[in-house]
Amino acid sequence: MPKIKLAEKTVELIREICAQFNNQETELINVLHQVQHKLGYLPAEVQEVIAKELNASVAKVYGVVTFYSFFTMLPQGQHPISICMGTACYVRGAEKVLTEFKRQLGIEVGQTSADGKFSLSCLRCVGACGLAPVVLVGEKVYGRVSPQQVSKIIAEYQDGCASAQSA
Amino acid sequence: MEMINLTIDNKPIVVKKGTTILDAASSIGIDIPTLCHMKLHDMNIENKPGGCRVCVVEVKGRRNLAPACCTEATEGMEINSHSLRAVNARRTVVELILSDHPADCLVCAKSGNCDLQDLAQHLGIREIHYQGSQSHYREDTSPAIIREMDKCILCRRCEMMCNEVQTVGVLSTINRGFHSVVSPAFEMNLDHSTCTYCGQCVAVCPTGALTEVDHTGAVIRALSDPTKTVVVQTAPAVRAALGEEFGMEPGTLVTGKMAAALRRLGFDYVFDTDFAADLTIMEEGTELLGRLNKYLAGDKQVKLPILTSCCPAWVKFFEHQFPELKDIPSTARSPQQMFGAIAKTYFADKMNIKRDDLVVVSIMPCVAKKYESGRDEFAVNGNPDVDYALTTRELAHLINLGNIDFKSLPNEEFDNPLGESTGAGVIFGTTGGVIEAAVRTAYEVQTGKALKRLDFEELRGMEGLRKATIDFDGTLIHIGIAHGLGNARKLLEEIKAGHSEFHAIEIMSCPGGCIGGGGQPYHHGDVEILKKRQRAIYAEDKNKVLRKSHENPYILKLYEEFLGEPLSEKAHHLLHTQYFDRS
Repeated sequence: MPKIKLAEKTVELIREICAQFNNQETELINVLHQVQHKLGYLPAEVQEVIAKELNASVAKVYGVVTFYSFFTMLPQGQHPISICMGTACYVRGAEKVLTEFKRQLGIEVGQTSADGKFSLSCLRCVGACGLAPVVLVGEKVYGRVSPQQVSKIIAEYQDGCASAQSA
Repeated sequence: MEMINLTIDNKPIVVKKGTTILDAASSIGIDIPTLCHMKLHDMNIENKPGGCRVCVVEVKGRRNLAPACCTEATEGMEINSHSLRAVNARRTVVELILSDHPADCLVCAKSGNCDLQDLAQHLGIREIHYQGSQSHYREDTSPAIIREMDKCILCRRCEMMCNEVQTVGVLSTINRGFHSVVSPAFEMNLDHSTCTYCGQCVAVCPTGALTEVDHTGAVIRALSDPTKTVVVQTAPAVRAALGEEFGMEPGTLVTGKMAAALRRLGFDYVFDTDFAADLTIMEEGTELLGRLNKYLAGDKQVKLPILTSCCPAWVKFFEHQFPELKDIPSTARSPQQMFGAIAKTYFADKMNIKRDDLVVVSIMPCVAKKYESGRDEFAVNGNPDVDYALTTRELAHLINLGNIDFKSLPNEEFDNPLGESTGAGVIFGTTGGVIEAAVRTAYEVQTGKALKRLDFEELRGMEGLRKATIDFDGTLIHIGIAHGLGNARKLLEEIKAGHSEFHAIEIMSCPGGCIGGGGQPYHHGDVEILKKRQRAIYAEDKNKVLRKSHENPYILKLYEEFLGEPLSEKAHHLLHTQYFDRS
């Protein structure tokens, strides 16, 4: 397999996170959380460093990464879009909203648009069922979203209209 | 010790606290069926994920059925192992497993040896009432092991062997729910991973999901090619296990029948890897004494302990996991490779056969030997020293294909010059054997005195880690022995940390050594079989007239006619090797 070398400062960052958890294998999930939070995703090379630091097998790390849908090995778009598919959102039409996002962006769930701007994922309940159906862009929450609003939401994040940039 | 009273199928029984329902039942002759569970008694190896639910039993007063393999017996428990509810649940579980399993038993490599097939028969399943998706995965073929994950039932036995016993850490369950599958990291192929090809995953796999690469077809083609001279070598552990494939009692020695069968299959010369084992002792023993004497003379540069290097899975293990220690193992090639190198030079010259027209086949208890024979350094201009390495199981298939009634064969001898061996060569097949063979020769060479006893009981046994001190006429030699790569790792960590107490260490990858190799007849979790094979190996040693490698007359002749002396330039070229950093 061709080896991709991680930047030294990325490796250093991963080492620091592992050290915060005393390099304990039992803290694997917390380490993965932190690293994904900082890097946006968990590519193979990153998992290899984590495995080494925690003295765990790479296969085990990969097993955990693939078990939890929260973890991703693909780079996320600049603006990750998540559509809630929890029960409340689902019965209020989240699937139609999702279909519209897929159509307009031309990507499937788990993919990132070619320009790297948007990625699409589903999640289960953000605890805002009163606002169903709910869409998250970055950390900004949109409530009562209808398929008609989708193009407006996307437009907010296109070049020159980034006034509503999420935090 | 707290004791527990319970009844199983109305039979009262008293067991130690902590005993599982499964073990309690088995102690009074109640054989609860299992599938994922596997326990190798005395070796601290147990797989009980409680995942398959085949062993469920009904416990009075308990709402749900209890998995017997991982439920502890408690005071006053009343268990029914074959209530209608338990039997129905068991059958349903097996039907559901079968509903996601390819129905190609007729052509499956594991047919007849498959735990799932046996279980379906045991439960009398004649129809599968469920239809659903079937998992489908790409087949992964490596130099030694084939992974066909469509047949995986997620028992996790392979994962347990790979991670807990061998600490190789290649296999893990990935993904979730119906998409779960056992795989190397990033779903890479085995041959891109750090897999050692020890084959213990194959040895415990209950189905055809993990099997060895089959070379029997290639061997049959070579045997029927009139332009080829085909020679065969047989590893020590094969003779102590091959009989099992033909219904013979485990531990039956079939050395003579095996030689007869190979001759009937059409091999032109039937030789013995034991001969090469004697040769290994000459080289490795001389290397050991060389390093030892320098060390005793105060040379601080010399590296001790010396580690044995006969086991290809062990070699690959340290190349991946401890590359900084790659100067420590003996440079001696394994007996299989020494045999190949000598056959394609000394023997080929003697018989006036061109290298390309000589085919060397080896019969090994091992799947890693397939990988070893394909390593680049063991070939000359692309022609490998050993052309094909078959497992004990593959030899049994060949014998069946040859319409040979194995049990009724007469005992025959090996051919010369590469078939004569001593007892020291034979015991290479079991944990402790290589180092005992080395001690027998090293002692006499070092002290110039004849050994008073040849049986070094202190080096024998089945414990995973053993140590012994041998008195070399006043000089105490400390010896360590490990079998199972997890145990080997412990000794390597000590060496790395600089506080190893040993002068020499023997390492074999498989539990029990080669007798428990990944290419042997399946033991189905019965560790007694390994012990019987071990006893057979020591019995063969005892029966030999010559029991010290340096007394093998054909070895002495080989040095006289061809190699000169141990560690000569020619010996270095043909019988030694180097190791690579694969980290």
